[in-house]
Amino acid sequence: MAEALKITDLHKSFKTGFLLKKKKILKGIHLEVEQGEIFGYLGPNGAGKTTTIKCLLGLIFPEKGEISILGQPYLSLSVKERIGFLPENPYFYDYLTASEFLEFYSQLFFIKKDKKEDKIQSLLRLVRLEKSAHLQLRKFSRGMLQRIGLAQALLNEPSIVFLDEPLGGLDPLGRKEIRDIITRLRDEGKTVFLSSHILQDIEMICDRVAIIVNGEIINSGRLKDLISEKIHFTEVILSGLKEDQLRDLSESFASSGDRIFLKITDESKLEEVLQLVHSQKGKIHSLIPRTETLEDLFVEMVKTK
Amino acid sequence: MKIKAIALNTFREAIRDRILYVILFFAAVCFLFSRVLALLTVGDQVKIITDVGLAALSFFGALMAILVGTGLVYKEIDKKTLYTLLSKPIHRYQFLLGKYFGMILTLFVMLFLMTVLFLILLFFHTFKIEWQIFAAVFLIFCELCLITAVAILFSCFSTPILSSIYTLSFYMIGHLSWGLETLIDKINSGLGRAMARVLYTLLPDLENFNIKTEIVHHLPIPPELFLFSFLYGFCYSVFILFLAVLVFRRRDFI
Ligand SMILES: Nc1ncnc2c1ncn2[C@@H]1O[C@H](COP(=O)(O)OP(=O)(O)O)[C@@H](O)[C@H]1O
Ligand SMILES: [Mg+2]
Repeated sequence: MAEALKITDLHKSFKTGFLLKKKKILKGIHLEVEQGEIFGYLGPNGAGKTTTIKCLLGLIFPEKGEISILGQPYLSLSVKERIGFLPENPYFYDYLTASEFLEFYSQLFFIKKDKKEDKIQSLLRLVRLEKSAHLQLRKFSRGMLQRIGLAQALLNEPSIVFLDEPLGGLDPLGRKEIRDIITRLRDEGKTVFLSSHILQDIEMICDRVAIIVNGEIINSGRLKDLISEKIHFTEVILSGLKEDQLRDLSESFASSGDRIFLKITDESKLEEVLQLVHSQKGKIHSLIPRTETLEDLFVEMVKTK
Repeated sequence: MKIKAIALNTFREAIRDRILYVILFFAAVCFLFSRVLALLTVGDQVKIITDVGLAALSFFGALMAILVGTGLVYKEIDKKTLYTLLSKPIHRYQFLLGKYFGMILTLFVMLFLMTVLFLILLFFHTFKIEWQIFAAVFLIFCELCLITAVAILFSCFSTPILSSIYTLSFYMIGHLSWGLETLIDKINSGLGRAMARVLYTLLPDLENFNIKTEIVHHLPIPPELFLFSFLYGFCYSVFILFLAVLVFRRRDFI
């Protein structure tokens, strides 16, 4: 089976400023996305994520490099029949209502007339906008626009969807809703390529990631391989003990009211603390082992870069 | 089919543009003004009303084509609605043609409204419908089709304000270039004459679409003149649209 997406040595520069000086934005991107996975494209703001996605969709033309989507040349109409795209900060024809908008876009695909109405209804249900079907898009909130954007990306039952910052600017509830839809897409066998700089979200749903900094991919692979499961330290919150008893057992130390916060790196010291709490009839309020997060990895990489 | 979907959506967008109705209002004012003018002058009142009315149709129609037409493509790029549209299975030329025909449909409706207003006014003077007017309006429509193509060409690479200025210049030059033709006859030297002729061929001649004189004086309109004007407009529009597609095809949307 062909890769869902394959990018080889992609270069792109923009002419900027008064003298139209060339500024390199993408400096040789290599990527492979397999079918049926959620692929996270990570990078700080201005790294070149949106630029890459625009190249993939033929909105801008790279100077150099090859792109194939679903094993075919990426600009062909037969590829466009099978992809979906949600841009960053989506904005649509604000004079149309949600259902008029989907109706308009569905005319650009070969969707049979009798199926069209069902399709639009089921998509509106999926993104939970069925109540706003007859509301003009100008009256939509940020989160609703993001959701209707997702709906238009799914009109043609695409094999692969490109989502540029799909969770950007959403509240936690809105993020969860979109995350759920994305995982549902994967369960249906679709490939999802999403870019983000919000790492917690990526961590929750992505199978594999690539990290792009300054137009170059500096790391990529399975999340499990990138992040070690080793415990860095343990955070303990307890009460009922004297501060002096704990002072030399922990790395850092803070207290508020009767609660004491500890950060413990050494496992044997953790044992000691637990025994102390037991013997003094203290109380443990919480105990959290901290493993490396994607964020740690990310910060480390961006720094070394 | 895809072009039709885009055209209809463009029509839906353009017809909401308030500026069209402002221009429509001014056109109506202009028709009424021609009546006042006719009352003040000695001579054939109907001739003056017809003359001013047809000129107003052409001018305000062109203004609509310019002010709305130049914004159409630009707005899609600026508001990024184009991004999702082009990720659908359509060619870029289909998008451009969709925009074009959507605007043409809008202009058709607007020109129709203006013509009806004009004919009503004229009816109060002559108490009959001047069917010949429709021939003149048809050629004005051909002219608007060409101007829209030019507006779209400029808006493929320029901001609406600049495109409007460019397109307005095209309109002005187009209506003045016939002066060159008279100039050609007066130039004696061969070189100057040849240069004037080349310039005249290159520049648009929008007076081809103007048959006011024939209408006003109830002269017969030679069919070959009519056909020539139509073909001139058609070929010129196709050529301009072709250029627009060439520009648009390789453009980066950043
Ligand atoms: N229109 C433009 N002209 C010049 N430079 C641009 C333009 N758009 C983006 N850039 C530059 O390209 C780089 C990458 O941008 P982008 O791909 O949008 O980043 P990301 O999506 O990863 O935040 C940035 O450094 C930005 O300054
Ligand atoms: Mg971006």
